[in-house]
Amino acid sequence: MGVAPEEARTVKALYADPRLDVLNHPHPSPLPTRGGEFPTRSIPSLKAALVDQFLQHLVNAMVLGGAYALLGIGLTLIFGIMNVVNFTHGALYTFGAYAMYIASVSLGLNFFLALPVAIVAGLALGALIEILLLRPLRGADIDTTMLVMIGAGIILQSSTLWTFGGVAKAIPNPFPDAPIAFLGVSISWIRLFVLVAAAALIVGAYAMINGTRLGRAMRATFQDADTAALMGVNVKVIYTATFALGSSLAAAAGALLGPVYVVFPQMGDLAAVKAFAIVILGGLGSIAGATIGGFVLALAEEFGAGYISSGYRDAMGFLIIIAVLLAKPTGLFARAERVG
Amino acid sequence: MIFRIPSMEMAMPTFRIASIAALALGLAAPAFAADTIKIGVNQPLTGPFAASGAYVVNGAKIAADEVNARGGVLGKKIELVVEDNKSNPTEAAAVAEKLITSDETPVMMGAWGSSLTLAVMPKLEEYEVPMLVETSSSGKITTSGNPFVFRISPPSALEAEMFAPMVEKIGVKKVDFLVINNDWGRGAAADFGKMLKDKGVTVGLTETMDASAQDMSAQLAKIKGTDADTLMITAAVDQLTLVFKQMAAMGVKKRVITTGGSQNPDQIVAQAGAAAEKTMHLTTFLPWDPAKTPDPKATDYFLAEWKKRGYPFAGATESFRGYDGVRTIAAAIEKAGSAESKAIQKAFWEIELTGLNGPIKFAKSGPAGKESGQSKPGVYLIQIADGQISEVKL
Repeated sequence: MGVAPEEARTVKALYADPRLDVLNHPHPSPLPTRGGEFPTRSIPSLKAALVDQFLQHLVNAMVLGGAYALLGIGLTLIFGIMNVVNFTHGALYTFGAYAMYIASVSLGLNFFLALPVAIVAGLALGALIEILLLRPLRGADIDTTMLVMIGAGIILQSSTLWTFGGVAKAIPNPFPDAPIAFLGVSISWIRLFVLVAAAALIVGAYAMINGTRLGRAMRATFQDADTAALMGVNVKVIYTATFALGSSLAAAAGALLGPVYVVFPQMGDLAAVKAFAIVILGGLGSIAGATIGGFVLALAEEFGAGYISSGYRDAMGFLIIIAVLLAKPTGLFARAERVG
Repeated sequence: MIFRIPSMEMAMPTFRIASIAALALGLAAPAFAADTIKIGVNQPLTGPFAASGAYVVNGAKIAADEVNARGGVLGKKIELVVEDNKSNPTEAAAVAEKLITSDETPVMMGAWGSSLTLAVMPKLEEYEVPMLVETSSSGKITTSGNPFVFRISPPSALEAEMFAPMVEKIGVKKVDFLVINNDWGRGAAADFGKMLKDKGVTVGLTETMDASAQDMSAQLAKIKGTDADTLMITAAVDQLTLVFKQMAAMGVKKRVITTGGSQNPDQIVAQAGAAAEKTMHLTTFLPWDPAKTPDPKATDYFLAEWKKRGYPFAGATESFRGYDGVRTIAAAIEKAGSAESKAIQKAFWEIELTGLNGPIKFAKSGPAGKESGQSKPGVYLIQIADGQISEVKL
């Protein structure tokens, strides 16, 4: 590791255990740091450090923002079209991460094959929840639906806990460990992949909603479910498709972030809170709002933690929301409320 | 979240203890078998500290089985009543209350994290039940005047004191801290910071991270830009793994030293791989080299039993706390001559035994008249190099 070859040789000659070379080194200068650089390196100019740090925060925020946007779009889609507050969203995010774990670790599938498998599993679970729980509750009062969804979320989380235990699991990824470095900014391959995959999924979701027959039927249902039904749209199918699509986006976010972080049963709690924050920020039911909201939240967290206080990282997003709600209570991109 | 579904971990002990009790029925007099001495175990089995809590509980079970195989204490078997505090201080206090009032445990072990233990402490005073603290390292636990607390883990000031002679030899000049945002992490940053300043080392940033945070990139971007040569990190194993991976991803190249003894380095090696290379860790147990531990025979027995039960080796650095904790409690009950809280509390002051990381003997700590017990365990510095773990000799 990092130690200059001739130095390492001397050490090996002197000491029996090469593993301790660095520490047994009698050299009077300070020990090399992890990367092999000596800590007495010249201090970079303040300006360069500030620019580097700013760019690094920006890159971090973009990567995180992609995943946040996926979470937000899934939630806002379901709320906008079905008028259902989906309290299983966090559990579906967790489910996606565990599906990825099962597919890639337990079943040994290739990483790039495991990802679509996890997303499809999320789609299927979403469809199942809609058919079993929401379809019979159509027309029921919003409180009933909400309670049922909270219950479903608890059941899902507890089942995960029961099946996998509380100890976190790691999902290995096939990318090289060494980061890509440019302009003093580093990004790992896996994070870059997450950003690209999230962007592709967001574009895919837009294309589906704006360019396909199913998407048109969804938008029609969004505007007025009764009229859409009169025009021959099978609203039941649209609801199932919407919930499944929203769920698959949450599962996709979990499957993408699982390998970046670690996977554990309560990982969805914070994700769900953030998804709600993003949706409120962007305006309930607005897909563009959720996309931008995801990036705004990531930027707020990243720069808030970087320049104000890391202890309040998770609070930053909520401070922004309070500010937005005070200035524009319907959120940044809310559609005008339909009357009648 | 607010629901109570027992995890696998919680379902297990009843099952295992029941089968052991059934076995005991055949050997011991039936009159004793039904009558047990209960020990409450308050650990995080879900939430961010789940890995560590599960290790401690599994270590505790080994000790309980060992004690029972020798005939128990005071002619009775001991029984662990394990409860999950969900890594949450409010839950930890509720669990303590439940163990004391509903299970009527005369003595407890817990509660892993400093914030969890601090939340339990008022309950100990309220019900006058002693608790053995096996992991927590916040100084406040033994200095706030709670006479029901007996701690076998090192407070961070003691960790810092034992690390002090190594500072110069390693070549530490300027230190940044990245700590978990609770009593444990902030306490460690304060105690180590004080020691380092006394040694003439410059202390730079102190960055914090939420207990459940998974993304530390903002903090690391800030740390990357400083001229500190060393980063000291205080967090539990899962978060450490993430920090190391994210440091590697962002190209943060500094010497890393972690504190707190909840690193489970083998798990870090397995999960963080190359990102954990050259990191150093202050720990309280050396399972990698049983011959160097204070009681090699006990270490061998414990590690063999740990392996036999199919637990991952990585857990040994934490599980020994549960093992030592229950053995200490059993010794106190034996000494007390009765399973009464008051007698056990008194007996804690009189016992002396050799734990897996050194002699366990409680010295008085905190305000006079209301002292807590503090034992002085060994602290070791280990390093990960080429995926191997070994003690750093300076």
